[in-house]
Amino acid sequence: MAVSAAPAVSSSLATRWTEVGGVRVPVELVTPGWPDPHMDLSTYDPEADLMALNMGPQHPSTHGVLRVKVWLDGETVVKAIPYVGYLHRGVEKLCEKLTYVQITPIVDKNDYVSPMMNELAVNMAFEAALGVEPPPRAQVLRTILAEIQRIASHLISVGTWGLDMGGAIGGGATVFLYCMRERELILDLFEELTGGRFHYNTHTVGGNRHDLPAGWDRKAIEVLDRIVARSEEYERFLVDNPICHQRARGIAVIDPLLAMECGASGPILRGSGVDFDLRRDAPYAAYDQVELRVPVRTEGDALARALVRIDELRESARVAKLLLQGVPEGPICALKPVKLPGAVKLQEGEQVYVGIESPRGELGTWLLANTDRKLGPHPYRLKIRPPSLHALSLLPYLCPGHTLSDVVVIIGSLDPILGEVDR
Amino acid sequence: MIENPWLHGLVLGLVVVAVVMGVAAFSIWYERKFAGLLQNRPGPTEVGPWGLGQLIADAIKLLQKEQIVPAAADRPLFLLAPLLVLTAALVPLAVIPWGPGLVGADLHVGVLFALAASSLMLFPVWMAGWASNNKYALLGGMRSVAQGISYEIPLLLSATVPIVLAQSFRLGDIVAAQEGLRWFALWPPGPGTLAFGLFMATALAEANRIPFDIPEAESELVAGVTVEYTGMNFGMFYLAEYLHTFIASALGAALFLGGWDMGPLGAGLHWMVLKTLVLFAGIFWVRWSLLRLRSDQLMELCWRWLVPGSLLLVMAAALWVHLT
Repeated sequence: MAVSAAPAVSSSLATRWTEVGGVRVPVELVTPGWPDPHMDLSTYDPEADLMALNMGPQHPSTHGVLRVKVWLDGETVVKAIPYVGYLHRGVEKLCEKLTYVQITPIVDKNDYVSPMMNELAVNMAFEAALGVEPPPRAQVLRTILAEIQRIASHLISVGTWGLDMGGAIGGGATVFLYCMRERELILDLFEELTGGRFHYNTHTVGGNRHDLPAGWDRKAIEVLDRIVARSEEYERFLVDNPICHQRARGIAVIDPLLAMECGASGPILRGSGVDFDLRRDAPYAAYDQVELRVPVRTEGDALARALVRIDELRESARVAKLLLQGVPEGPICALKPVKLPGAVKLQEGEQVYVGIESPRGELGTWLLANTDRKLGPHPYRLKIRPPSLHALSLLPYLCPGHTLSDVVVIIGSLDPILGEVDR
Repeated sequence: MIENPWLHGLVLGLVVVAVVMGVAAFSIWYERKFAGLLQNRPGPTEVGPWGLGQLIADAIKLLQKEQIVPAAADRPLFLLAPLLVLTAALVPLAVIPWGPGLVGADLHVGVLFALAASSLMLFPVWMAGWASNNKYALLGGMRSVAQGISYEIPLLLSATVPIVLAQSFRLGDIVAAQEGLRWFALWPPGPGTLAFGLFMATALAEANRIPFDIPEAESELVAGVTVEYTGMNFGMFYLAEYLHTFIASALGAALFLGGWDMGPLGAGLHWMVLKTLVLFAGIFWVRWSLLRLRSDQLMELCWRWLVPGSLLLVMAAALWVHLT
């Protein structure tokens, strides 16, 4: 499956680069000092009449139940602190009482915009713990599902970002509904494959549960072609729209060093010029069989992050189509009886960490193994590293100096999913 | 028709208000259907044929809802604001000429009256923002006052262009001056066309429509000034917004598109209504395809470009009149 690789950096070629800690970053984005997120408000201009405003947890554009406390001087944000935890369900604790196979449907609900990724992340960790290797067909199947899921997730991301800028009753709603229309096609595909439109429970330890129905691959290729054709619309909407430029260009420019410091990953990091993608740099599943072109932009602003997502969407469609044309034959699950996996590699007290590239960045699973005789192998402790949580930790650095209207654009460009932030 | 001028005014006024209120309510359906078609979805379909009964269902829903007044709100102001908003939105209807002789009051300062009355809306909006005792409402109220005051200037200046060209403030005269398809939107080509665009754009801002709807800005200010209002109190704000947009379209049609006159195709009420609805649809189209500007960008746009631009247009129109 040889593919001609295009240049990785898709924006201006005239960028000057510097190297910090072995990572190549654009010079323009490296700023001398970051705003202090713990700023003492009594040191702020005593003449100013600051207003503390709680955005959320019930607010239409905090993408769920994020609460951001902002201090406003007029309409300019002086300080912003995000508070999380309003959607805490105790998923990690719950996982300690379940066997590996039982955990999959629960983590589905973490990042509810891309459930496939959650399943893949935990199951890869479980496979590492149990020493199970999924068969090649399952590997390719997982990669295809992950890429199609990435498209669906980025569609939601771009669409809701439009909502943030254009309102639920306005042009933003139009682009949102266009995005939802395309996402619907993907949900139909997943429904045909797994029976579920939202919570699939299709990955399992050692492979997949559902094999491709007849004709599914042809249908999927059609859908992907259609989405790629229509993705031009979203790009036109963002790139050729002066109002979108005014709202998003130069807003919340993220210093790549700050982004790395906060642990941000995915489109946020790539929008700031850091060429990092786990799919290419630490290939898992079947990503070693494809040559991935990782889109990187060097502007670092909200618009760049959205454009990275649109480029990624096209790239995902390309990769998925490529893999769909050559799905290897064979079983889709390594273990015959799925209920109780036998061979246990990881001994009690040993740990494993597996990270995958979810649409929002590095989605990691860390687990400490337990080999309870009664319950069977299960995690003594399971920790999910949600990319959105780390993205949100950027918020106090980004908001000061911007207006209240920009705060929603910034939150939208970070694309947090509170389900996985709070777990 | 009726000898007594007072009675004439009263009857015509009642007829116009009743009809226009009906049209404004209908226009909510019109907009929802329009937006639905624009967004690849059917829009309202359930109530009545083509969902036409939807607005009746909506009105019943709003009427039976509880009217909640926040405990910390300024009660009299809070309850007065929606009434005044609707009143301010209805007042300009008095001078809009729907057809030859079909006008509530053909004032000799009709244009000024309509624009002044519609900008009265700022007071109740600010009242609502203040009385709600809610930070989002306060910010929305502040924004809408700043925006309203700024955008009145280019609105009035762009409406001055047809006044200069027709050499009258009376809306009837302005329409009469455009008889025979000599619409001010087309002739004189430069200032007339630009002033028409400018008028419609600033009217969007006055009516708090996207891309200038920052006082409402539901994605950042939740719902701006209306955030604490429930039931029909909210409904009045909603209706006032539609009325405001409708009146802006009607004024645009009268000032720039020749009003009731359609040259060789005759003249009459239907042409005026048709032109108004076309402009109305144009506003919907803009609303459902554009994003929202930020408040500081909105002010910059107004003071940097629209105000000087509209002044230049007035000068150009005056030169045209002087030279021809």
